[in-house]
Amino acid sequence: MSDYFHSIVLEEELCKGCTNCIKKCPTDAIRVQSGKARIMKERCIDCGECVRTCPYKAKVAVTDPLEKMADFKYTIALPAPTLYLQYDISKFGRDKIMTALKMIGFDYVYEVARGAEIVTKASNIYLDKNKETRPMISSACPAIVRLIQVRFPSLIPQIMPIKSPMEVSADNARREFCEKNPGVTPDEIGVFFISPCAAKMTSVRNPIEVSKSAVNGVFSIKSLYFKLLKQMGKIKEPLNILQAGFSGVRWATIGGEAKGIESDNILYVDGVQNVIKILEQLEDDKLTDVDFIEAAACPGGCLGGPLTVENMYVARTRNFRFKSMLPKLLNEVSDVELENTEFERAPEHIDVTTLDEDITKAMQKLRNMDELYKMLPALDCGACGAPTCRALSEDIVRGKAKLTDCVFVLKDRVRNLAKEMMELEGMLPPTLDNKAEGR
Amino acid sequence: MSDSTVKLHYDIDAEDFTTAGEASSGVKKTLTRLGVNPELIKRISIAMYEAEINAVIHANGGFADVEITPEMVKVVISDNGPGIPCVEDAMKPGWSTASNLVREMGFGAGMGLPNMKRYTDEMCVESEVGVGTKITLIVYLNR
Repeated sequence: MSDYFHSIVLEEELCKGCTNCIKKCPTDAIRVQSGKARIMKERCIDCGECVRTCPYKAKVAVTDPLEKMADFKYTIALPAPTLYLQYDISKFGRDKIMTALKMIGFDYVYEVARGAEIVTKASNIYLDKNKETRPMISSACPAIVRLIQVRFPSLIPQIMPIKSPMEVSADNARREFCEKNPGVTPDEIGVFFISPCAAKMTSVRNPIEVSKSAVNGVFSIKSLYFKLLKQMGKIKEPLNILQAGFSGVRWATIGGEAKGIESDNILYVDGVQNVIKILEQLEDDKLTDVDFIEAAACPGGCLGGPLTVENMYVARTRNFRFKSMLPKLLNEVSDVELENTEFERAPEHIDVTTLDEDITKAMQKLRNMDELYKMLPALDCGACGAPTCRALSEDIVRGKAKLTDCVFVLKDRVRNLAKEMMELEGMLPPTLDNKAEGR
Repeated sequence: MSDSTVKLHYDIDAEDFTTAGEASSGVKKTLTRLGVNPELIKRISIAMYEAEINAVIHANGGFADVEITPEMVKVVISDNGPGIPCVEDAMKPGWSTASNLVREMGFGAGMGLPNMKRYTDEMCVESEVGVGTKITLIVYLNR
């Protein structure tokens, strides 16, 4: 687990050791230790909540530098649908964005919105063939898939075993490019995802559903925003290379995926805390009448991702406008496109909650935890560096913290010690000075 | 208390559907910390939730007592409610005495007791009309 890559990292020198991020983390993965907010790697799901919350910009999402393009003979850009919503669409339409991507050096552009249309078709086929398990949960948001692996392991069988639009797009883009350019071998091509999302970077480095990601690198929308804007100003005749219709483009916003599912019983939920509430209900076997759940960690869906530029509400309004401008599909999804869209392997349970492998020892630790918790003030102030008093008591039994990390416990101890010293002082025999005064 | 038993006690508040389920979700968290298999946790918490909801709907609340050992989880939900006149009937899927109000709220489908049986390894219902009901649910951890 120690070599697990995370896109979310701490810029130590910017961190003030405040408690904003530890409070927002949905998996209790951050602790302030020695004045810095350190991330517990095995718990982090790369949702980006801390990136959004940190007032000092000390939590950042790492993506690849643009120079990585130079490592490949040919390059393909995979723009996420969210990219289209970053610009005023009446001036900078989708065709201009696609053209600008080629102008900055990509040999080929493949819309992830097209990959999304393929995923929709594959998901509908899967739901039609497999009717026992309901509801199925979208696997498109990597932070949510990892949230399930970490916090809701009993729901793993309900994760839709269809690859993400990013992976499906990368496979299809590579195949198309090789078909159109005879002589090119797949390994000469670098495929780069243009991402609103921090967790996608993680899922390229540590893929869940495949053994090796078909994507070679991830660039943030932020890093390309101005570069593209500059090029778009120069475009007179944009290229006609669009592949996706509205049913793919709308995936940028929450509900965009679920609305493509052939069922009236769909549910979509955004924001990681809201998602947790729904997953809790699923765990209790509720909502079994629902066929499909789309869950996105970011508020509003991908367009609310931490690597975007435009305000997510503004971006959403642009998505509405696409609806009237576009047909649902520009091209029907073909059998070739649907090849290899299923998961190569099932997501695993990542156990971060078990107190001890040995259940008897775990029980002892649990009891110790309860005893410790009773000594804590239940204020959940965060001053100890843990998000709640409960989390501190757990850290203590795991040997990662001590009771006096709690400022209230420490204050009491110091006060009691001071009292005792005063009492002892009263029992001391008179000193030479006192004698002198009493003379 | 023996070293290898964890005991939990919860009061089940009456007539409050919004807090119903707190006991079973507390048990769920505890079992997760003990490293119990997620599939077993799911079975226990669903069965317990059903029993908890029953106590709220029919009996004006009650108590949940949970005993966890390395071998098994035993959940006892007891109440001082009206009791079940015929346990055999209540075990039939779809059989319900829930009021219309309760049904309108989406409960009372008559699947409570059958579900508890389905999700547990052992189930025992002791009930006396006018005195109360005690439901014991057992799930073994090493089977």
